[in-house]
Amino acid sequence: MRALVLVALLAVTGCGADSGGADSGGAEAGGAVAGKVTVFAAASLTETFTRLGEDFEAAHPGVEVVFNFGGSSALAQQIAQGAPADVFASAAPANMTQVGDAGGISGEAVTFARNRLEIAVPRGNPAGITGLADFGDADAKIALCAEQVPCGAAAKRAFEAAGVTARPDTLEQDVKAVLTKVRLGEVDAALVYRTDVRAAGGEVVGIEFPEAERTVNDYPIAPLAKARNAAGARAFIDHVRSDRGRAVLAEAGFDAP
Amino acid sequence: MTSTRRRARGRLPVVLVLPAVVGLAFLLVPLVGLLVRAPWDTLPEQLFSSSVGEALRLSLVCASLATVVCLVLGVPLAWLLARGDVPGRGVLRALVTVPLVLPPVVGGVALLFVLGRRGLVGQYLDAWFGISLPFTTAGVVLAEAFVAMPFLVISVEGALRAADPRYEEAAATLGASRWLAFRRVTLPSILPGVVAGTVLCWARALGEFGATITFAGNFPGETTTMPLAVYLALETDPDAAIVLSVVLLLVSVGVLAALRDRWISGPS
Repeated sequence: MRALVLVALLAVTGCGADSGGADSGGAEAGGAVAGKVTVFAAASLTETFTRLGEDFEAAHPGVEVVFNFGGSSALAQQIAQGAPADVFASAAPANMTQVGDAGGISGEAVTFARNRLEIAVPRGNPAGITGLADFGDADAKIALCAEQVPCGAAAKRAFEAAGVTARPDTLEQDVKAVLTKVRLGEVDAALVYRTDVRAAGGEVVGIEFPEAERTVNDYPIAPLAKARNAAGARAFIDHVRSDRGRAVLAEAGFDAP
Repeated sequence: MTSTRRRARGRLPVVLVLPAVVGLAFLLVPLVGLLVRAPWDTLPEQLFSSSVGEALRLSLVCASLATVVCLVLGVPLAWLLARGDVPGRGVLRALVTVPLVLPPVVGGVALLFVLGRRGLVGQYLDAWFGISLPFTTAGVVLAEAFVAMPFLVISVEGALRAADPRYEEAAATLGASRWLAFRRVTLPSILPGVVAGTVLCWARALGEFGATITFAGNFPGETTTMPLAVYLALETDPDAAIVLSVVLLLVSVGVLAALRDRWISGPS
């Protein structure tokens, strides 16, 4: 599902990129922010960044923020292939480094939030999951992120810390795909970010676990070297790091950097 | 092309040839891009790595099983649509093509709603028989069959409608039951259509991605078919993804070419 959304969004951003580029030329000269700002952000930022984008548009009339949410590694790959993006917000430093090493970012990436994993179970917890040890149970249906994406790498650290050999039934491409499987009740338990549990409202129940300390990961954000709207990119990043931005992130369950 | 030229006895019209060549290039150039970018030196190594072999085996097995499912259910369905005396046949015919239009991921979600653990039918399968289809190889086969069956049905139905029903009627007047007439008269006459549909159906099943990953998930050896492996590899190791794609391509082109020579006669 993510892939399709990505393609659709890419098409949208691709089509509109020219006008955004033209606008940004004027914006840089005048110092004001205008035109379209294209933000590639980790799937786990979907709700917070959508909200921050609306705020940003309200504060800067004439500015349009377009998001492409997806697995951080997929986004890094798209940026490497020349996807038109102004800002990249990753769920792990590794994917940001990947883009940075290829000369893809302009200046330094800064950490703007931290996140940790939580166990997610369907409402009513039908399989009676209590902790990470239950993830080794062959009878329980388990969904995890694939190790290539940050939530999967964090899950691996958690299982190593707990000394549990997880027996997943599926390894999903991004954290939202994992969450969908829990929402539909197709799996008994999954490891997702704490923010995803909160975003799902009452449909999903979160269970904290002691090894979660080991799963804390930094979320870096950076303007991209090939940004068509450099001024807009900087302004959006400032907005994310402002008091208002921090409040929205904290409310969603992110830890402060 | 030579036979066409012989028949037409003249130059090929440019209005047809030019778009035809552009069309051919449009289809083949991306393929060339893939082949040019492929890291040929590591290809044999990748080919014989266990994960690629596993995904390839799973893809071939699942696509073939899905094709069997499609044949068993699809040929009778095509017969019903072409010959059966059912009310609202036009609507039925349109509904059969729904999986062609539906984005495969949506098809996968729809399958979850019906056959998932909490689905309309799936909850009873789970409660009464302990059968759970998502995240299993059987789930991959179902997802592929769902997406691929319309290709078979449309192809067979077309062949049935083009076939002359008078042969069946003649068989009936000679005392054959409708089942016997179908087996001995109808089926042999539409065989090329069935084979063409089967090949299309198999190829579509082999490349299936969206419905599979949504309904059956992704787990190596269980549900990770080649297209899923390609997608995952693309995020971290594009070279590996290209190798996987080339392998899938070579195998499918090989099988289809072999089938074509064997079963589908060229221009006669």
